[in-house]
Amino acid sequence: MEFLLEPLSYPFFVRALVAAVLVGTVCSVVGTYVVLRGLAFIGDAIGHAAFPGVVIAFMLQVPFYLGAAVAAISTALAIGFVTRRTTLRPDTTIGVLFAGTFALGIFLFSAIEGYVADLFSFLVGNILFISFADLVGLLILGGLILAAVALLWKELLYSTFDPLGAAASGLPVARLEYLLLILVALTIVVSVQAVGIILVVAMLVTPAATAQLLTARFARLMGLAVAFGVGGAVVGLYLSYWLDVASGASIVLVETALFVLVLAFNSRGGLLRRRPVVATPA
Amino acid sequence: MSVATAAAAVSLVDVAAGYHDRIALEDVDLDVPPGSLLAIVGPNGAGKSTLLKVIAGLLPAWRGTVSVLGAAPGGAARRIAYVPQAELVDWHFPITVSGVVMMGRYPRLRLGRRPGRADRDAVREALVSVGMLEHAERQIGELSGGQRRRVFLARAVAAEADLFLLDEPVTGVDATTQQEIMDILAANAAMGRTIIATTHDLACAAQCFQRVVAIHRTVVADGPAEIALDPEMLARAYSGHLLLLDGTRAMLDDAHHHDESGAERHYHDGGG
Repeated sequence: MEFLLEPLSYPFFVRALVAAVLVGTVCSVVGTYVVLRGLAFIGDAIGHAAFPGVVIAFMLQVPFYLGAAVAAISTALAIGFVTRRTTLRPDTTIGVLFAGTFALGIFLFSAIEGYVADLFSFLVGNILFISFADLVGLLILGGLILAAVALLWKELLYSTFDPLGAAASGLPVARLEYLLLILVALTIVVSVQAVGIILVVAMLVTPAATAQLLTARFARLMGLAVAFGVGGAVVGLYLSYWLDVASGASIVLVETALFVLVLAFNSRGGLLRRRPVVATPA
Repeated sequence: MSVATAAAAVSLVDVAAGYHDRIALEDVDLDVPPGSLLAIVGPNGAGKSTLLKVIAGLLPAWRGTVSVLGAAPGGAARRIAYVPQAELVDWHFPITVSGVVMMGRYPRLRLGRRPGRADRDAVREALVSVGMLEHAERQIGELSGGQRRRVFLARAVAAEADLFLLDEPVTGVDATTQQEIMDILAANAAMGRTIIATTHDLACAAQCFQRVVAIHRTVVADGPAEIALDPEMLARAYSGHLLLLDGTRAMLDDAHHHDESGAERHYHDGGG
């Protein structure tokens, strides 16, 4: 118990714990759609694209999440737009924008003279450094994301499963797709300080992927993903505190370990079970 | 046709459509009265799916007039049910049979609203009407090919749609399953719903539909279902892609694996 309670006497740890629960929840909820739509690469790209925004916000002395939000959302919309309007394959477009925006961030980062340790923490994440003001901003942003999903979960679900059928019956499928990209961008903004730009995609994808191994029901999948996401973030935070290691890495490692365990042992076609998964005949 | 355009479920006048800069359909005129059971036939790439998408409001017409259920495309969307080709569906998606059918109710539910009792009743009735109630809680990937298609028909029924647009609903299933699907469609047409389906299967088009429209970039034939097996129509629609056996049985030959023997006659370019 001492192991769990002692850190709670420090306000910075309590702030980090609140952030961990927030990030675990928001990432897993939005990540469920990301996994079902195959948007993992886009998530990674938007995460990296947030970096120049963070650097510019640092230079202008404004809250990091404002800069990150502007950069991430514009990249998300640019990916959506270019993919729809050109004949280039989506992964090609994403690869170009992804590397270009991240390069801009590194360029600006390396141009800044003096103390940049704060900025470096955005690359690898440090949830223990989160300030009260930032936490309030992130809670509001996270609340907005969850409210948007609560309002549009079924429209997002229908257009994810059957975009043609959904569009023919009157759902604004293209706008829903842009909205989802914006939600992914905002989710990344909420998460970068906790896990860092380089690892943020794991927070989006891993809990939902683990849940997908365990259930074939959408609601249960999202619920399990949140449980894995929050559990992984909290356990990872304690590991980070006691072992004095980077929080982003420890959180992602815990979530990855959960994924590997479920992959190996689950009853729905785990790798270590004798019977392989057989596709039903079409 | 003698049916007035104003009363038609679907009416197209001089329609052209395509993708990016490639034209797929031109000069298309089509008039479909309510309660029709219509098959759209034609070779691969002839524009069958394109025509269905224009009617569904998924693809804008480049020119011409499109009227669907008395409105412009998309204007009466809630009364339209579109069923995609089975190959386009992710059958591993984490959703149950009743979950898919419930999606038919989503467009009529307000934002943030969960489905209520009336929606659950509609789903249940729709599942009963296609004989899938006992499978309601199964994941869709666990179903057979015919069952999978019936789930999507149930979704259209639950949506209380007046126009069913189906892309290849009977492709790749056995004859018994084909008959089951067609019985469901015929029953819905008898209730006044308009059914338009694309198909590769000319025998099925001739036997199970009321009317056949053959497409090869434009409408090359339009008439009672028997025309699906009419040699002259086939020659025009399938120019160069068709093999006629004994002058009665038709076989599609998209792959050009010709077997030059006996009583076969090849039709080459009859003007399509």
